Amino acid sequence: MSAALDTVCVQLGTDGGSRGDLWRWVFLAGLSCVLMGAFFLNLALGSVRIPLSEIATILTGGEASKPSWNYIVLAFRLPKALTAILAGAALAVSGLQMQTLFRNPLADPYILGINAGASLGVALVVLATGAATGFLSNVGLLGDLSLIVSAIAGASLVTGLVIVAARWLRHAMTLLILGLMLGYATSAVVSILIYFSVPEQIQAYITWTFGSFGGVTGRQLMILAPVIGAGLLLAGLLTKPLNALLLGESYARSMGANVRRVRFWLIAGTSVLAGAVTAFCGPIAFLGVAIPHLCRSLLRTSDHRVLMPATMLMGGLVALLADLVASVPGSRTILPLNAVTALLGAPIVVWIVLHRDGPRSNFAS
Amino acid sequence: MSEPILETDDLAIGYRTHRRTQRLVAEPVNLRLYPGELVCLLGPNGAGKSTLLCTLAGMQPPLRGQVRVAGTDPYHTSPRVLARRLGMVLTDRAEVGALSVRALTALGRYPHTGWSGRLTPRDEVAIDQALTAVGIAAFAPRLVHELSDGERQKVMIARALAQEPKLLLLDEPTAFLDLPRRVELMGILRRLAREGERAVLLSTHDLDLALRGADQLWLLQPGGSIQVGVPEELVLNGAFQAAFHGDGIDFDPCTGAFAFQRPPIGRIDLTGHDLAALWTRRALEREGFVVNGYEGPPSVMRVAIHDDDGQTVWRLHHAQSHQDYPTLSQAIRGVKARLSASITE
Repeated sequence: MSAALDTVCVQLGTDGGSRGDLWRWVFLAGLSCVLMGAFFLNLALGSVRIPLSEIATILTGGEASKPSWNYIVLAFRLPKALTAILAGAALAVSGLQMQTLFRNPLADPYILGINAGASLGVALVVLATGAATGFLSNVGLLGDLSLIVSAIAGASLVTGLVIVAARWLRHAMTLLILGLMLGYATSAVVSILIYFSVPEQIQAYITWTFGSFGGVTGRQLMILAPVIGAGLLLAGLLTKPLNALLLGESYARSMGANVRRVRFWLIAGTSVLAGAVTAFCGPIAFLGVAIPHLCRSLLRTSDHRVLMPATMLMGGLVALLADLVASVPGSRTILPLNAVTALLGAPIVVWIVLHRDGPRSNFAS
Repeated sequence: MSEPILETDDLAIGYRTHRRTQRLVAEPVNLRLYPGELVCLLGPNGAGKSTLLCTLAGMQPPLRGQVRVAGTDPYHTSPRVLARRLGMVLTDRAEVGALSVRALTALGRYPHTGWSGRLTPRDEVAIDQALTAVGIAAFAPRLVHELSDGERQKVMIARALAQEPKLLLLDEPTAFLDLPRRVELMGILRRLAREGERAVLLSTHDLDLALRGADQLWLLQPGGSIQVGVPEELVLNGAFQAAFHGDGIDFDPCTGAFAFQRPPIGRIDLTGHDLAALWTRRALEREGFVVNGYEGPPSVMRVAIHDDDGQTVWRLHHAQSHQDYPTLSQAIRGVKARLSASITE
């Protein structure tokens, strides 16, 4: 698919004029269609295959020919697919924001230590409370909600520190180092917790780190969706300052951007987006760093007014596809989502970087 | 004369370091910059050119005294308001990724557009004018990372112009450019100052260009004082020599260029009046000769430049003999050979 897009892109040229603009609109429209297709495919495929016509019936409120299909789609596959789209979009957009803010192609949503903070929260709940109450408390007894709450608490703690620091520090680079160090420190605490834990609890923690879109229920989606919606809306409002930040903070300021305020909102938005996703789905690697590169490369632009919608759609699409692969259609096996995102995506990104003229033309490094 | 766009009163620039200590860079700084003027800020490395520019641009607070850009203190002006008065080109080499020249220039409309950055026809006109003013309208669709350093610098200037500022500050805009590009850029900046009723202030290491191109020089001395005047005045009153006097090099007020300081190796006489004579003199001086001087030991050699049927010939007179050379390179080699021969004698 990307090879075909590639060819079209080259043919249409990168002149930035009307033909380039046209290509971008065609790209966004095409991406939306593919996203819809992947969405329905996710509803149809899984351990049980449900025909698309039946899916349509179920979604429009009708009864499928097998009653169990209604349950599978509405209670399980629909929340999962919606979660995948939201989480993919959220991670991709926050990755884009961080890459531009820090002018670093390796930046991802977790660069500020959000991942480490959430991991610490979950580790504390799963491992420490487990140690206190013994074998009675397994994950099932604790409930998914306590995992989510603890992940949010941990992520908020770390990002809170970073946000407070962001108001004081002059340079984004200092912030980057601060985030990384906070990440190392919290990871160290998690390691110590794991060291003193029994294997069953470690297993529960490890399972959380694999990541999954399937654990989010319809009711939890009522919380997750508005939170991510707000974060994405905020990101949309920040496209203009993000474009100015392509030239670095000094230039952005000289052109009239209130750099500290913009930085604060970028970090706050990323914390909300990545924090919510990590809390509900676990730490999902790769999407945040790779999707922005994929979009830059395919669209051949750094303009956030185009990149922002493109990364949202592409993030949702890749998350859906990864989830589809992880569910291994036709079997009862479910692969770890994180393994799939990386195995599926890393070769694509390597190919893009090698095939094109390197990350320099795709990204301000 | 109209109101100055930029003025400073008893300004002290420098850094506040930890715990109330401060490092003073220059004081007192009293400057006026008027519309239509091109001013070069000069000074040896470490004299505080960047500190002064940052203070004037409101990027760092003054230690004491006042800066006013179009009447208000830039440090306390909102970035958006300031950006419409003051455009900057910084030394940061901007790696912007995949943006077209036009798109990058359009970023300069930042302080004029709404939250979404949508460009109105008025913005498009301003972008077109900015591109035309620096002569890159033809490049508009090209990607910035495909351009040469000189072209890229022009894009950054066009971007600053798109802000429609009254004052343009440039921090060493000629640093990465070769000589023809530097001269070209200086020409563009002069025209921008003249035609747009803008003031242009640039810091530079390019003394030669500054001497030729600037309406005024602001010369930062290593001790923290600042000299202001037309370039020639600063040469005449010795401020130039004082500022750039350093290890092994010296500013020569006669030629307006820098020369290596070293003891002369001998005196030589030169006759001839045309361009060939001028450049022969430079070549001999570079070799360490005092040419046509009146002090020191008498000349042992004389170079006379003849025109032999349209061919320039260098005739070297030494003792009672003479020899002709068809090129300057050979003449210089001959002079050096004679000199070393006379020393061994």
